[in-house]
Amino acid sequence: MKNKRALFAVPYVGWMTLFVVAPIVMVVIYAFTAASGGLTLENFSRMGTYAVVFTRSFKLALIATVICLLIGYPLAYWISREGPGFQRVAMMLIMLPMWMNFLLRTYSWMSILENTGLLNRFFSAIGLFSLINGLSGASIEYFPMINTQGAVVLGMVYNYLPFMILPIYSVIEKLDGSLLEAARDLGADSARVFRKVILPLSLPGVLSGVTMVFVPSVSTFAISKLLGGSNELLLGDLIEQQFLGTAYNPYLGSAIALVMMIVVVVCMAMMNRFGEGEEQAVML
Amino acid sequence: MKKTFAFLLALTMVLTLCLTGCGGGGGERTVNVCGWGENIDPDLINQFERETGIRVNYQTAESNETMYALIRQGGTDYDVIVPSDYMIGQMIDEGLLAELDYGNIPNFALIDSRYKNLSYDPENRYTVPYTWGTLGIIYNSSIVEEEIDSWDVLFSGKYSGQTGMIGNPRDAIGAALLYLGYSVNTTDEAEIREAYELLSSAKSNGMYQGFFMDQLYDKMEAGETAICTYYAGDFLTMYDNNPDLRYVVPREGSNWFVDAMCVLKGAEHKEEAEAWINFICKTDSCLANMDYIWYASPNTEALEQYPAYYEEKNGEALDPELYEIMAAPASVLDRCEVYENLPPETQQLYSQLWVELGIG
Repeated sequence: MKNKRALFAVPYVGWMTLFVVAPIVMVVIYAFTAASGGLTLENFSRMGTYAVVFTRSFKLALIATVICLLIGYPLAYWISREGPGFQRVAMMLIMLPMWMNFLLRTYSWMSILENTGLLNRFFSAIGLFSLINGLSGASIEYFPMINTQGAVVLGMVYNYLPFMILPIYSVIEKLDGSLLEAARDLGADSARVFRKVILPLSLPGVLSGVTMVFVPSVSTFAISKLLGGSNELLLGDLIEQQFLGTAYNPYLGSAIALVMMIVVVVCMAMMNRFGEGEEQAVML
Repeated sequence: MKKTFAFLLALTMVLTLCLTGCGGGGGERTVNVCGWGENIDPDLINQFERETGIRVNYQTAESNETMYALIRQGGTDYDVIVPSDYMIGQMIDEGLLAELDYGNIPNFALIDSRYKNLSYDPENRYTVPYTWGTLGIIYNSSIVEEEIDSWDVLFSGKYSGQTGMIGNPRDAIGAALLYLGYSVNTTDEAEIREAYELLSSAKSNGMYQGFFMDQLYDKMEAGETAICTYYAGDFLTMYDNNPDLRYVVPREGSNWFVDAMCVLKGAEHKEEAEAWINFICKTDSCLANMDYIWYASPNTEALEQYPAYYEEKNGEALDPELYEIMAAPASVLDRCEVYENLPPETQQLYSQLWVELGIG
């Protein structure tokens, strides 16, 4: 019986092998291969030069993840406590932007944030700049927003926020109501119920949300190109350059990708360890 | 943890999908063409299919480097590709291109001799030119009140924070080399490093909004960016939407580029590929294409007839200044250089400097 059921996994396992395991194996092989053939560690020798890019990418991804969590958790919590009709509408509104292409949405943000963009034109129309200039004697015509790290983080938060909300929402929404009742019956006030019951039980959702925001953020290249003006290279840009840039060097590209994967896996493993002891995780 | 891992795997899959490329096959007579996006009049494809019964599978690549990577990784089924000069040089050196049978391409005779036997293919055995143009400075005359004629505006001065530098190393470092009075094809490391320093210090002084490619269409048209470097054909597209824009090939000279049609070695449909190339070289095809993509054709007759063709089609005369931008006259081309394929060490240096610029 059990063996027969394993057959259900065949399509998935086949898919994973072909499109996930095989590429990873290739990345590993490429990372340790020299351009001229033969095994080498040379691809890793220059990794130190890219330390700045690694820290920058991880920093921006971390900021974006924290912001997503701060916005996403309360929102998911609130939605899951409302009536089913409201939940359906709210979920649809959260998914709605995802029906549109990711690049198009990011491109639109470019037009919104530009010096002559929608937002600055709006501020100018309501007289914000003349007010500031009148008060402070400065002469600003716009807020510089585009082509900054802030714009990149905004792009990450905007694009990946649904991936934080959805897993948290689905976990909280399925919480056993009797547990909450029991807590209340035993004299816990609502803050305590939240802290002692809801929050620890929703941690799995938080963890997958964090993963689903952090990982694509750390490796993005479209967002930094469109909203950051390619002024500061991120990991995704660096890897893309090795595959599609002037120096075609998939070996170095694979090595960078491999190091990135390892760092991400280590981060995630540490975080999940953290999540195991519930009390500590609450501090997080 | 399982979820985390699955997600990581999916991520790597995306990063590495390019390694495996994509396959495809054909049944009836087909030809697989790979060019830039928006770089052909789609009517030409229909016309060719009607005339010959050969199905055209037109694919696009984003840049020379992308096209090269796709081909090197294997698994592509391109017959005809349309890369630029320096990339053609590299592909010939690496033995990726097939020699053409010019007997099947009689319309090759219509191509002006100026665009034949260029440095990337000195004996002209592999290529048939498709379009050509210049790299120059585009500026918005409603913001920039003076007339610009030098690369120096890109590296210092009052348009700091309003300038968009081009987002590829060859053109960006090339502009700096030209400003310094060096050749765009120099292999002298000291000269290239000097050009990089110029670029890098301008960047750290806040000269540039960013390093842009096709975002420039929106940014220039909206007046977000006042000055940038880009290509003549694309300027004409921008100009169509914002008549305040101006284009100049700086007095220090610039790059003039040729995109040419080539057939890959081992192409499955070589005969069909040559039929396609021959069709594209026809004067009528060149005229239609020029009108659609705003890049100049190397066909002598088409170049001569285009102003009349434009007038007939649009009911108004073609501005001779715009025509000179599209098809730069000899006086301009004389101060421009064609990119040559750089030796691997120099390419390595370019890409290393480009990364350093991004690390900042």
